[in-house]
Amino acid sequence: MATQISVRPASSAGPTRKSSQRRRDNIAGFLFISPWIIQFVFLISAAMIVSLGISFGETDLFNGYKFVGLANYVRMWHDELFWKSLRVTAYYTFVLVPAGIVISLGIALLMNQKVKFVGLWRTLYYLPSVVQGVAVALLWGYVLNPRFGLLNAGLKVIGIQGPKWLFSETWAVPSFIIMGLWGAGGAMLLYLAGLQGIPTPLYEAAEIDGANSWNRFIHITIPMLTPTIYFNLLLNIIGSFQVFTSAQIMTDGGPNNATLTQVLYLYHMGFVNFQFGYASALAWALFVIIMVFTVLVMRSGNSWVHYEGDLKK
Amino acid sequence: MTVREEKAYSSTPLQPIMRQGTDWSLVILKVQRIIGRILLYAVLASGAVLFAIPLVWMVSTSLKPDGLVNNMPIVWIPPEIQWHNYVDAWNTSVPPFTTFYANTIFITVMNIIGLLVSSSLVAFGFARIRFWGRDGIFLLMIATMMLPKQVTFIPIYLFWAKIGLVNTFWPLIIPEWLTNGYNVFLLRQFFMSISTELDDAARIDGAGWFTIYSRILIPLTKPAIGVIAIQAFAWNWNNYFDPLIYLNEPSKLTVAVALRLFQTQQSAHIPETMAMTVVALIPVLLVFYIAQARFIQGIVISGVKG
Repeated sequence: MATQISVRPASSAGPTRKSSQRRRDNIAGFLFISPWIIQFVFLISAAMIVSLGISFGETDLFNGYKFVGLANYVRMWHDELFWKSLRVTAYYTFVLVPAGIVISLGIALLMNQKVKFVGLWRTLYYLPSVVQGVAVALLWGYVLNPRFGLLNAGLKVIGIQGPKWLFSETWAVPSFIIMGLWGAGGAMLLYLAGLQGIPTPLYEAAEIDGANSWNRFIHITIPMLTPTIYFNLLLNIIGSFQVFTSAQIMTDGGPNNATLTQVLYLYHMGFVNFQFGYASALAWALFVIIMVFTVLVMRSGNSWVHYEGDLKK
Repeated sequence: MTVREEKAYSSTPLQPIMRQGTDWSLVILKVQRIIGRILLYAVLASGAVLFAIPLVWMVSTSLKPDGLVNNMPIVWIPPEIQWHNYVDAWNTSVPPFTTFYANTIFITVMNIIGLLVSSSLVAFGFARIRFWGRDGIFLLMIATMMLPKQVTFIPIYLFWAKIGLVNTFWPLIIPEWLTNGYNVFLLRQFFMSISTELDDAARIDGAGWFTIYSRILIPLTKPAIGVIAIQAFAWNWNNYFDPLIYLNEPSKLTVAVALRLFQTQQSAHIPETMAMTVVALIPVLLVFYIAQARFIQGIVISGVKG
């Protein structure tokens, strides 16, 4: 901007002109970002303050508000279901996210082998990740049906008597994980892009040094992909902790709360039982939990994420 | 890795020697390579079947009579294809699915427009104009992207309830018109990749910021804006949580919520439910198909940047 002003013939008019330009830029800048400012003031800041306030009280929307101090948080601490929902959500997240990374990376590696019909493979693997939400939850509700479902029919063909999936306390969360893995094709595209971005000279140099294909994979492919893996890991942990639609539609938390995820529990408390105070406290707990795991992953990133062209201290 | 091996063994000057048919180790290598390829395609194909088969099952089930659903082994192609399942399901729901489609299309179109207009304006502000506090505000925006919506949605819901707008489309539309961090961030990246010399030239000609935004930056970033439009379409079309909370009158429901309702009401008629599931997915698949090249490219670009 400074160069542009000096280019102007009128810039000789001196500092008044310059400062009026700056003032106009300030006004223009805030006008352009005003939609976000409005969102920040009302839908983020004000809502967060109110949410915190609600979490210190009792309200059901119709009968006013009663301040109860930390009672909701104390109740949460002693609430067996809260801890159960935390365990369920953590189990789901910490199996699905790593398994998803391994599977999507695996598919990307296969597709990177100069295979024919790349477009066909890419579409077939990518398609399930495009169709998400209610439709998928309904479809998988039937696919996982123990009696006539596709999954158990397939297992029967190879001689395995499938479990009761969504109707079994042990197998309900694994059912959701399998369903989540079905969408692994979305991340596959990112890995494929990452793989194609690895400069060939790196491999050629390693080959000259006598590295076999396994060594090249471990010492070149994986390190060069760590920024993409890291990005996916963070986004997927945050996303998986907020799992709701499938749990609400397919099991509504059952059997015996085996699939009661944190957001589903929060939804039950708020929008089924109308205990908005307790629901808000649950929301803040979820926020803190997600923050803790996000910070942990971010911290760990320094030691394993490799940035090409980054000066490491 | 096979890529590299191929390079090493097939595109070298060694090949003429092999044609003389004397070097057996090269023949063995070649055989190994062919076996490797066969394995590769076998793994790829069986994986693809696993990924595609639930979708095939869905379409197949939607065309069966009720009685054939439980059949073991699975009947993939029903003897009499029941196209009428689609018509029946569409019209048995009260109101018919036409209403739900109209509602969803209205909300989705409004939100795409709102999101594109607001995100591009905000992204332009962050990318192009130097104003007081810009970098700090941008960091703040990035920080808020980590906030799960569960923390704020109860007060926001109470607010809409207090002013009597629950059970209208406004709570679903207005927030989208106020941008979201993710799209602003993505668009800002695209705007920043365009040289500021264009801005300077336009300003010398007396253009204001809005002219630079609408006449220069927007036309130059059409593909990126297209990508965001498609993502916004998919997100709004599939969104379940917000319509579930805000809409409760049957005539106001979106396809996602109506589909769920239909399934609970028609639990005995699985083919009809699957038919409506197929119908709910068609717009997403269609948009995906039409925009495939751009869509995938866009994800690739943003993925690399991430």
